[in-house]
Amino acid sequence: MLVFIIRRLTQSAIVVAVMSVLVFAGIFAIGDPIDVLISPEADEAERAAAIARLGLDRPMHEQFLAFAQEAAKGDLGRSFVHGVPALDIVLQRFPATLELALAAMLIAVLLGIPLGVWAGLRPDGIAGRTIMTGSILGFSLPTFWVGMLLIMIFAVTLGWLPAGGRGATREILGVPFSFLTADGLAHLVLPAINLALFKISLVIRLARAGTREVALQDYVKFARAKGLSARRVVGVHILKNIMIPVVTVLGLELGSVIAFSVVTETVFAWPGMGKLLIDSILQLDRPVVVAYLMVTVLLFVVINLVVDLLYSLLDPRIRLGGSRS
Amino acid sequence: MTATVGATGQGARARAETPMARFAAEFARSRTAMLGLLLMVLVVGSALLAPLIAPQDPYDLAQLDILDGMLAPLAEGGSGATHWLGTDDQGRDMLSGILYGLRTSLLVGVSSTVFGLALGLLVGLSAAYFGGWVDTVIMRIVDIQLSFPAILVALILLALLGKGIDKVIIALTTVQWAYYARTVRGTALVERRKEYIEAATCLALSHGRIVRRHLLPNCLPPLIVVATVQVAHAIALEATLSFLGVGVPVTQPSLGMLIASGYQYMLSGEYWISVFPGIALLVTIVAINLVGDRMRDVLNPRLSR
Repeated sequence: MLVFIIRRLTQSAIVVAVMSVLVFAGIFAIGDPIDVLISPEADEAERAAAIARLGLDRPMHEQFLAFAQEAAKGDLGRSFVHGVPALDIVLQRFPATLELALAAMLIAVLLGIPLGVWAGLRPDGIAGRTIMTGSILGFSLPTFWVGMLLIMIFAVTLGWLPAGGRGATREILGVPFSFLTADGLAHLVLPAINLALFKISLVIRLARAGTREVALQDYVKFARAKGLSARRVVGVHILKNIMIPVVTVLGLELGSVIAFSVVTETVFAWPGMGKLLIDSILQLDRPVVVAYLMVTVLLFVVINLVVDLLYSLLDPRIRLGGSRS
Repeated sequence: MTATVGATGQGARARAETPMARFAAEFARSRTAMLGLLLMVLVVGSALLAPLIAPQDPYDLAQLDILDGMLAPLAEGGSGATHWLGTDDQGRDMLSGILYGLRTSLLVGVSSTVFGLALGLLVGLSAAYFGGWVDTVIMRIVDIQLSFPAILVALILLALLGKGIDKVIIALTTVQWAYYARTVRGTALVERRKEYIEAATCLALSHGRIVRRHLLPNCLPPLIVVATVQVAHAIALEATLSFLGVGVPVTQPSLGMLIASGYQYMLSGEYWISVFPGIALLVTIVAINLVGDRMRDVLNPRLSR
């Protein structure tokens, strides 16, 4: 176990290092920050002075080392637009995104598993086929388009739910959350459903495939033969055994939900990290873009690591030592 | 399940035919898939024929009349032509806009898939054929890339590269190659151990020849399925990126761009600018997915036979 953890940690550290080099090199190679940072009226001498002051005259690897040193201390530069440390802005927006992502995951599990198991038990029935067609739609429909449709129907036409924003929030430990107030919850519903749609389809597929496979196993037949009720067979014997792939995939998908919230947040004007990223790209606010990328990369690496460890705990059949090489 | 029923009915005839004909017969047994195929042909056909069938050239500013702006569907424009799907704020006929937008969307989707496929094939086959450290290094890179969602990778690239059709294609190619590399490697690893490869090696054929003439053709079927579905993904992703404002430029709008530019009018009731391109996008993606889904079912021996 210890060897496994150490190996995974090293691997994760390498990924973070490689990604920071890539992001840095990309930004270094494309575009010149001088044009953004220095006013066009500045003369040659002022320009040269500013370049020297910012360290932009040094060779690339020296600049990178300086960047990495500051980054390790948690300083990713100041936002061009807001004038405050970029990392602070990104972290300040993080709770909103996390709240949205977790709400979406919850919806995906609560809807996806029952529907998937149902479809798996009767794969050729009308309900089963309808669920599967629905899941194809869920995979096919672009998130932003569904989001627009939801706003059109529920906010504009019916007027039941608000079209955007976060609504009233209440603070826990100084961090504002929407789901604690009725108004905030109303604001959360549409974006969460929108973000969940793709994951619901995914969970349905996983649960259906798992159920179909497990339902044919001997222990399920035996449980039936023992005369256990259908509810117990499905609820205990089948459900337990399809949970491993579902949990793994959902864990891995948490990162992708956070990434995809870029789209949902833009459509619903949800003030999270994703909307910040798009705004910063459009405003050429590079430090914020870099800070977002570094935070997201770190998040991904951590999520992958945790899921890997959890997976090995959940399924004792996974050999930790040699299986990954 | 359905295959056993079908095999008794069609088995005698199908077995005598070529694999391609058998594939076609089995594919045609699903009515939804045939509907998907029909829609796909319609979509691709109207995109290819857009300059011939569109009532107006939406890029030709001389044909636009600002007085025709924001006309509702079925309204008659100043020149007497009927705008079946209405016009946008600049008096551009939406039907024409959609037909040309479809061209852009399909161009980006198909070309990025083809480039990604070529790159993925090359890399995946090399990994499987040479094995050893080549394989380890390549697959580690693939693993790392696939652990990041496509939209994030594409956003990073476009944030660095800027707008443009060529840049979107680069971004989507980068996003896709890893899927193909992994699929190809998986299949090729199985195929490589088979006897015909051993026989080819015994004949002292060159690496290149064995890979190209022996290994590659046998790795293609699963790849075709992945590629079909990936075209739909690429189109959806391009639409999303354009919607977010980091995709294609305003001068050559794709469906996603059309939807985005109509979004601001949607809330004030001019729904058609956004809704019709949206439906076109939807039909395209769903049609491709239906076809791809059926192809996977037919080609996957674990499910069908």
